[in-house]
Amino acid sequence: MCGIVGLFLKKDDLRPRLGDLLTDMLITMTDRGPDSAGIAIYGDDAGGQKMTIQSATPDEDFNGLEETLTELLRAPVRMRVIDTHAVLTLPEGSEAEVRAFMAEKGIRVMGVGNSMEVFKEVGLPRDVAARFGVRQMAGSHGIGHTRMATESAVTTLGAHPFSTDSDQCLVHNGSLSNHNRMRRVLARKGFAPQSENDTEVAACYISSRLAEGANLGEALEGTLQDLDGFFTFVVGTKNGFGVVRDPIACKPAVMAETDDYVAFGSEYRAFANLPGIENARVWEPEPATVYFWER
Amino acid sequence: MQTIDMASTELRQLNSTLQAQSKEIVESDWVIENTRGAHALAVGLDAPINVTIKGSTGYYCAGMNKQANVHVTGSVGPGVAENMISGSVTVEGDASQYAGATGHGGLLNIKGNASSRCGISMKGIDIVVHGNIGHMSAFMAQSGNLVVLGNAGDALGDSLYEARLFVRGEVKSLGADCIEKEMRPEHMEFLADILKRAGADARPAEFRRYGSARKLYNFNVDHADEY
Repeated sequence: MCGIVGLFLKKDDLRPRLGDLLTDMLITMTDRGPDSAGIAIYGDDAGGQKMTIQSATPDEDFNGLEETLTELLRAPVRMRVIDTHAVLTLPEGSEAEVRAFMAEKGIRVMGVGNSMEVFKEVGLPRDVAARFGVRQMAGSHGIGHTRMATESAVTTLGAHPFSTDSDQCLVHNGSLSNHNRMRRVLARKGFAPQSENDTEVAACYISSRLAEGANLGEALEGTLQDLDGFFTFVVGTKNGFGVVRDPIACKPAVMAETDDYVAFGSEYRAFANLPGIENARVWEPEPATVYFWER
Repeated sequence: MQTIDMASTELRQLNSTLQAQSKEIVESDWVIENTRGAHALAVGLDAPINVTIKGSTGYYCAGMNKQANVHVTGSVGPGVAENMISGSVTVEGDASQYAGATGHGGLLNIKGNASSRCGISMKGIDIVVHGNIGHMSAFMAQSGNLVVLGNAGDALGDSLYEARLFVRGEVKSLGADCIEKEMRPEHMEFLADILKRAGADARPAEFRRYGSARKLYNFNVDHADEY
């Protein structure tokens, strides 16, 4: 099953409420995915590169990490610890060095970007959102996922969203059937998935297409040609938000648009708390049709 | 008229209250508020009552309906009026997948669009869609009528039995064994009546009729090599 939600604000007024609205959307989708939950949120540009990291033993791993990295990079590093995750603000150009450091320490990198932060854990959506304080988060857009695992184990790394390039993330409802072959194709292009999860393959696919110069719409169009299986994808980029469903379209999807926002939900229930939803244009996205918004 | 506020009512309470009208009708007009997209609203009704659902609903709204007239002011999720026996279900907005699936009778009247698999395996229900319908609609439809004022998606009427399909707009493609058929006087008469009942602004002469070529009914010995 799985539940997916997304909210893309067209105006700045609702920015302080983004996390609050997304949290309600996420919790409503608990029935569709009670085993893990996650969100990617596009907040303020940190004026540098942000890296979201995760550890199963945060007290140990994050203790003194800010100082260690500052020393290692010989430039100031800031760290904000949120439960099992931490958001680092890094000096430009240091990503590769920090990634190598994290790999050595066994700390997982959830995503990098100028504005995107990614938080995901095993547990009920309500609990996961509370642990990370998602309600208090502000931003321009965000996507979320509640998981009922089918293709790989219930682990933090198996939860969505998947971020496979700077400020890019993807959530998925469905299952892909050609992910093992695509995994090899993508690895050759330098976008090797890190987990056994089929969805990460789709995220890597989109990242590879964007890296090749495609725009978000073209990259999403490509999923219809190159990925086999059932899918509804919701994708976030630094300035964009996109949706695509496979041609069979058996995974549910509904969208709502007002002058203030574009919202995506697996079910209409996810929209119940959105402001002005009673007057929103509500429709079901067509199969094999790409929808995307950019600001 | 009695109003039920779903903000303070459990779904089971709602459905059992409405279902109890089959024994004795204590109220014939019901309004359901604050549905917030809930699933399985007003299902299994079996009494000639009127139920208005304010707002949009989730899965399986008005499923297994018998006799009741259910009116949804918003849009509905997958499986609206699934397996309806009689009565009517009217949707002011759009309907998601498999609207009216396996329905045996009654009228499902969708004022907006219906998405994929509308009327799949219908068995006698009449469905009117004022907008468009999605792909694989009326798949294996056995009897009843599907009337579409807009366009139909891919593979309309695939593996069709004896349901009649009337489409005013374009049909993207016909499914296996579904063909266009002539419009005879009885079809015009039927359309005039159902369009009036559905409050649809269309003339019978604007529609084309599609039905089964009946080629899949029996095994064709010439195809033996293909198995």
